[in-house]
Amino acid sequence: MSLLQTRAVSKAFGGVQALDGCTLGVERGSLTGLIGPNGSGKTTLFNVMTGYEAVDGCTVTFDGHEITNATPDRVFQLGIGRTFQLTRIFPRLTVLENMHVAAQREGWRSLFGRWSSSREHQRALELLDFVGLTRLQDVPAGNLSYGQKKLLEFAYVLVAEPDVILLDEPAGGVNPTMIHYLTDRIRELNQRGVTFLMVEHNMEFVMGLCDRVVVMNHGEIIAEGEPEAVRSDPKVLEAYLGA
Amino acid sequence: MKALRPLGLLALLALAVLFPLLFPNPAVDTVAVLTVLFATAVTAWNTFSGYSGYISIGHAAFFGIGSYAVAILCQDWHVPGGYLPFLLLPLAGLIAVAFAIPMGWIALRTRKHTFVILTIAMFFIMQLMAFNLRSVTNGSRGMSLPIPVSWSGAFYDLPFYYVGLALLLVAVALSWWIRNSKYGLGLLAIRDDEDRARGLGVRTGAFKLTAFVLAAFFFGMVGGLHAYFVESIFPAFAFDPLIDLMVALMAFLGGLGTISGPLLGAVILVPAQQFFTIWFNKPGFYLMIYGAMFLAIILLLPQGIVPALRGRFTKAETLAGPVRSGDDGDVAAAVAWAGDVGDGERGGGA
Amino acid sequence: MRLIVDAVITGVLSGGIYVLMALGLTLIFGVMDIINVGQGALVILGAYLSYLLQQHLHIDLFVGLILTMPVMFALGVGLEAAFIRPIRWERTTLSILVTFAIALLIQGALSLTFSTNLVQMHAWYVSHSLKIGSFYLAWVYIFDFLLSVVLVAALYVVLNHTKFGAGLRASMQNRTAAQLIGIDVERVSAITFGIGVALAAAGGMAYGATSAFNPNSQYDLISRLLVIIILGGMGSLRGAVVAGFGMLIVEDVTSVVWSPVWASTVFYMLLVVVLVLRPQGLFGRLESRRQ
Repeated sequence: MSLLQTRAVSKAFGGVQALDGCTLGVERGSLTGLIGPNGSGKTTLFNVMTGYEAVDGCTVTFDGHEITNATPDRVFQLGIGRTFQLTRIFPRLTVLENMHVAAQREGWRSLFGRWSSSREHQRALELLDFVGLTRLQDVPAGNLSYGQKKLLEFAYVLVAEPDVILLDEPAGGVNPTMIHYLTDRIRELNQRGVTFLMVEHNMEFVMGLCDRVVVMNHGEIIAEGEPEAVRSDPKVLEAYLGA
Repeated sequence: MKALRPLGLLALLALAVLFPLLFPNPAVDTVAVLTVLFATAVTAWNTFSGYSGYISIGHAAFFGIGSYAVAILCQDWHVPGGYLPFLLLPLAGLIAVAFAIPMGWIALRTRKHTFVILTIAMFFIMQLMAFNLRSVTNGSRGMSLPIPVSWSGAFYDLPFYYVGLALLLVAVALSWWIRNSKYGLGLLAIRDDEDRARGLGVRTGAFKLTAFVLAAFFFGMVGGLHAYFVESIFPAFAFDPLIDLMVALMAFLGGLGTISGPLLGAVILVPAQQFFTIWFNKPGFYLMIYGAMFLAIILLLPQGIVPALRGRFTKAETLAGPVRSGDDGDVAAAVAWAGDVGDGERGGGA
Repeated sequence: MRLIVDAVITGVLSGGIYVLMALGLTLIFGVMDIINVGQGALVILGAYLSYLLQQHLHIDLFVGLILTMPVMFALGVGLEAAFIRPIRWERTTLSILVTFAIALLIQGALSLTFSTNLVQMHAWYVSHSLKIGSFYLAWVYIFDFLLSVVLVAALYVVLNHTKFGAGLRASMQNRTAAQLIGIDVERVSAITFGIGVALAAAGGMAYGATSAFNPNSQYDLISRLLVIIILGGMGSLRGAVVAGFGMLIVEDVTSVVWSPVWASTVFYMLLVVVLVLRPQGLFGRLESRRQ
C-alpha cells in the first residue's frame, strides 16, 4: 500500500469542479512530480491532503492513518510537511526563530523553557547550513530574497523530520544556480529516506529529478508513469497544447 | 555596550524605587502612581496584543471588573481602609480572569479585524452592565471604597506606588520571560501567519487565549488598585474607553511587541495626560488635545520609538552582512541570489 | 400581544436609521479594509449641524440635509486624504486608532461649543403623532423611515448602476485586482469615505429627531453600530441591513415585554450566541485560511 493515498477526491468551488475523482498513491521513498496546466487542480489536491481544504465522500490515508479532513496541525504531526506556492515564512521573526516554530516540544511545561534548547539550536544550524542560510540566521526573514525564503520554508519544514514533504512549485521564480542547488538537496534527503511529492511547472526540473510523474488536467489525473513515458503520452501533449 | 545593560537596568530600578523619596511632592507622586499602574497595564496588554498581533481595544473592561471587584468585596466583607484591601488584588485579578475566559474564547474565534471591533463592543457591553446591574454595582450612583484614614499628606501615595511598582516588576518579568520562551515564539508566529503556525503544530487557540486571559488578570489587579487609590468608582470612569486608547497608544508610541517600548510610552504619556487634564480642564479641550496627540503619534511615528531607534543602529549591519559572504562552498549558492536582500516585506517589529 | 406588534413596528421604523449609519461603516470597511470608529461621533456631528441650521436659520431638519450631507461628504473626503491615506503599516489596526482619535477631536470640539447638556430637536412632526388603531406613532418615525428608504435606494442605484458603483464593488471584492485593471482605488476610497460620512449626517439628523443627545452619545452609538456590522458580517451590506432592523426590533420588543433597561443587553446576548455559532457573522465571509 502507498504511503500517501487519496481515493476518489472531488472538490468543487461554486460551479467549478477543481478536483474530479482523483486517486493518487505516493510510494514510500519515491520522488513524485505532479504536473499539469494552470488551474488543473494540483494545489487544491495538496490542500486536501494537508488539511487546508475540506472534502467529503472520499478518503485520504497516510501510513495507515485516515487523514481525510484532519486539521493541518494533525497532518503535520503525523509526518507530512509542506511548502506553499507563495512562500509562507514568518517575516518579522529572524531566520533562526523561523527554524524553531515547527519545533514544538511535548508537554505544556516545555512551553515555558527557553525558545531554543541547545539541541534544537544545533539542529536548526545544521539545517540552515544544509540549505546555505547560516550566514543569515539573525536577519528578519522578511528581508530575505524570494529564493532564500523558499529555502527557509523548506528548511523549517525539515525541522520536524517529516516522512513526506509536499513542495508547491519549489523552483518557481528561482534562478538556475539555485535550482541545481535545490535539486541536490532534495536528492540527498531522498537518499536518506524522505518521500517527496512536488507540484512544478519547470519540466526540466521535474523530469530530471522525479522517478515518477503524475499529470492532471481539469481536476482529473490523465496520466502517470516514468518521466519519459509521460513526456511522450499524447494525452499529456494534448492537455498542454490543445483544447 | 552589552556589559552596560544590566548596570543601566539596575540604575533604572533604583530610580523607580527611590522616586517618591527623591520627590516627596504629593502631586508628583500621584502622577507616579498612575504611571506605574498604566505601565503595568500596557506591559500586560503588550504581552497579548503586541506579541500575538490581536489588538484588543477592550481590556479596559477587565480594569473595570477589577475596580468593582475590590469595591464590592470591601463593602461585603467590611474591609477597613489600610493595607488589607491590597490583599484583595489577586482576587480581583482572578475575578477578571473568570470573565476573560468566556469572553476571550468567543472573541478569539474571530480573526484580527473582527476581533478588534468585538473587543470594543464587549467593552461597552460590560460598561452597560455596570450601569444596569444596580443591585450589584449601585448603578450610576457609583460606589465608594474604604479610606485609609491614617495615611495622610505625602505618605498617602507611597503604599499605592510600591504595590503598583511590585505589580509592574512582575508584569515586566513575565513579559520578558514569555518573549524568550517557546510559548512567546508561538505567539509571535501567530502574529506573522496564524494559519501557517497552526499547520506547524503551534496550538494557536490555547496560546491566544492564555495570553488574553493573562493580560486580563493584570488589568483586573490594576483596576482594583486604581479604584482603591481614587476612593470611589462610577460606571463611566471604571469602564472608560480612554483607558483602552491610552494603553494602545502607549504601546504604539513606544513600539508594539517590544518590552521597553510600552514602558517608555507609559512614562511619556501618563504625565502628559495628567498635565493636559489639569491645565485644560475645560470639558472637551483636553479630549481635543488628546485626539491631536494621538493622530500625531500614529501618523508621524507609526512604528514606535524603540524600533525606530533600533532600526537606525542595526539596519546597515544586517543588510551588509550576507552580501559580503561567499568564502565557503555552501553559501556560494546562496550568494548567487542574495543580491536582492532587503526587497522583501517590511522588517518592522521586534 | 398588541404591545408587541407596536414594538415591532417602532423597531422597523427606527431600525432604518441604524441601517443607514451602519451601511456607511460597512461600505468603508468593505472597500478600504478599515474600521471607522469615528462614525458615532460623525453621526452626532451631523445631528448638531442639523440642529444649528434649524435654530439659527430656521431650516427644516429634513430640508437641512441638502446642506449638511454635502458638507459632511466633503469632510469625509478630507479626513480620508489627511489621516487615513498616509497609514501604510498595520492599516486596519492603526485606522481604528486614528478614527478613534478623530472621534475624540469631534467629541471635544462639540463639548466645547455646545457643552454636554442634552439637546432635544423640535418640529411639528416630533410632537404630533399618527393614530393607528389605538396606537400613537410620532410622524418623525415615519419620515425617518422614508428617508432611510430613499437613501438606501439611492445607494443601491449608485452601487449597481453607475460606473463609480462598479469600481466600488470591484474594490470591495479585491482591492489589488481592481487597481490592476485600472480602477483608481484611492479615488474610490476617498469618495466611499465621503459617502459613509454623508450617511452619518443623515443618520445623525434622524437620530437627533427621535432622541435627546449630547457629545457623549457617540459612545452609545458607535458600540451599537459596531455590534450591527459584526452581527451582519463585516463588509456585508445585506448583513448590515438585516442586523440593523433586527437590533431595533429585538430592543423594542424586549422593552415592552421585560424592561427598557435590558433592551440592548438582550441584543448583545444575541450577538454572542450568533458569534459562537458563526464567527463570521450572519452574512460574512470567513477571514483568512488564505493560501
